[in-house]
Amino acid sequence: MSSTTNKKKTVSAENRMYRLSRAFYQVLKYVFLALCCLVVIIPLIVVLIGAFKTHEEYISTGVFELPAVPQFENFKIAFVNGKVMQGLLNTLIILAVSCFGTIITGTMTAFVLQRFNMLFTRAVKAVFLVAALLPNISMQVTVFQIVSKLGLYNSLAAPCVLYIGTDIISIYIFIQFLNNISTSLDESAILDGASYPRVYFSIILPMLRPAIATVLVIKFVSIYNDFYTANLYMPGDNLSVVSTALYRFIGPYGAKWEVIFAGIIICIIPTLVVFLCLQKSIYSNLVTGSVKE
Amino acid sequence: MRGARASLAGGWNYERNVFMAATSTSAKKRSLGQWLRGYTGQKYTTTLLFLLIPVVLLVLFTVIPAINMGIYSFQKRDQLGVSWEWVGFDNYVRIFTDTAYLQTFANSIYYLIGSFVQQAVALLIASVLCSKIKFAGFFKGVLFFPYMMNGVAVSLIFRRFFQKGDGITNTEGTLNSILMLFGADPVRWLGEPSLVNFCLVFASIWRYVGFDIIMYISAIQSISPDIYEAADLDGANAWQRFWYIVFPSIRPIVGLQLILAIKGAVSVFEIPYIITEGKNGTSTFVIKTIETAFKYQKVGLAAAMAIVLLAIILIVTGIQKAFFREDK
Repeated sequence: MSSTTNKKKTVSAENRMYRLSRAFYQVLKYVFLALCCLVVIIPLIVVLIGAFKTHEEYISTGVFELPAVPQFENFKIAFVNGKVMQGLLNTLIILAVSCFGTIITGTMTAFVLQRFNMLFTRAVKAVFLVAALLPNISMQVTVFQIVSKLGLYNSLAAPCVLYIGTDIISIYIFIQFLNNISTSLDESAILDGASYPRVYFSIILPMLRPAIATVLVIKFVSIYNDFYTANLYMPGDNLSVVSTALYRFIGPYGAKWEVIFAGIIICIIPTLVVFLCLQKSIYSNLVTGSVKE
Repeated sequence: MRGARASLAGGWNYERNVFMAATSTSAKKRSLGQWLRGYTGQKYTTTLLFLLIPVVLLVLFTVIPAINMGIYSFQKRDQLGVSWEWVGFDNYVRIFTDTAYLQTFANSIYYLIGSFVQQAVALLIASVLCSKIKFAGFFKGVLFFPYMMNGVAVSLIFRRFFQKGDGITNTEGTLNSILMLFGADPVRWLGEPSLVNFCLVFASIWRYVGFDIIMYISAIQSISPDIYEAADLDGANAWQRFWYIVFPSIRPIVGLQLILAIKGAVSVFEIPYIITEGKNGTSTFVIKTIETAFKYQKVGLAAAMAIVLLAIILIVTGIQKAFFREDK
């Protein structure tokens, strides 16, 4: 009798130890995650606080001190004088043109390359495969001469054409997706007398909608954040995109960090809105997109 | 994928045979117009129509530049290409003997080690986020968001983060302010050659770790929950669960990520280009390539550098293909 109670006691003691260590782990996890989040948030908080300060406050107060009266002047300067507005507009145009272009040419290319098994399509596919490996920024050493010979230098057309023409990842995502769309659908349409272009427009394009969503997400992130293409090909005053508008702050506003901060915030807001609206699909789309990279 | 393609081709051939059988009886001899309207002809016209623009763009902006790159790398030429001469392997010899260029290779070692750290941190965070935890979505969102942010914005944020105050135009930056809360002396983070590269690597990890976290989370979540239950019944603790269940299942992905880290380390560009402008011993191979081409107008030398980078990427890709073949 006594031995069994003893046993029970030790078991419950063990159990308690186990629970304690469990709870300890659990707390440790939250502390760890909170610390990681602080590392992410602190540099951003400083920007948020600083953007609302006057220049006098900026040079006289510490980074974590709140402004006496929140100022919105910096945002106005960044938006208008700093040409962030112009940058947002240009970025929007480039985004719209190159997303539309990529989806049309990308899906058409993928359709032909995946559905038709000919010598020519196999050859093109092989070239695309090799092209995907070329280092993007280093390639500009020789791409630059072609762009200027075509007269595209210093125009919005340069990045549009480059984003459409050198986007091989999207084609791969479309091909990957087409692999999982049964050809029996195409076949039944053909038996009904549909031509190949008809098959593409009425069957393939609508079926590719999830893949198009993936490509759009990846395109938005990469084009909105791309700095070097615009920096190299669009040095003109009115041709800045969001990235280059911000980059150009370093010169004239080099000593006016509060204006730079305001610029940073304006440029992050669209990203934040997109992220909060599409959070779940962004995660899954980026994972799908990177699998083929 | 290959299997899918084969069955596909079979499908089309079958279609064509049905079609041919139907047409060959009614019209033995077909004119060119009829042939074009038939499915074989259509295949060619559709291919031509659909691939015309993409292939023209591919040739213009990828094939020709790539070929030019190879040719230019053996030449001495400027941006306009007005006067040029063959110089044999001189450009390549210079890349591997000039210390200014070798330095950039040394710098990529910082980023390589940094990306190993990044993988470890990402794996740790991902496995914590996959355990039973409240607000996991919030933590995941916060940690991932920097990956979505504009690179110029991130670089400017870290310029301020590491800034050393001068008492006149600038107060102490974020990091120094934190250090001073704990009573430490402010440090010239970006001015100290021994520290500056670590700072840049930190900014790089801060920006990219979120993406790896998402990748690892999706890998960990693909592990069957039955295995966890079995482990729980056997009384496995968190560490045992990670080491005996999670890690073995995602080892191929970890391996792949580490291989890809080499590619990333030699291709670093944006963060050092904007934060320190490649000064103070922070230049990377890609920054040097761009400077050589567009600042010093030595297109031949820059082309040779691009070819060297491509060679490194090809070797790494070869290793990756050899060790991590897709099972599909």
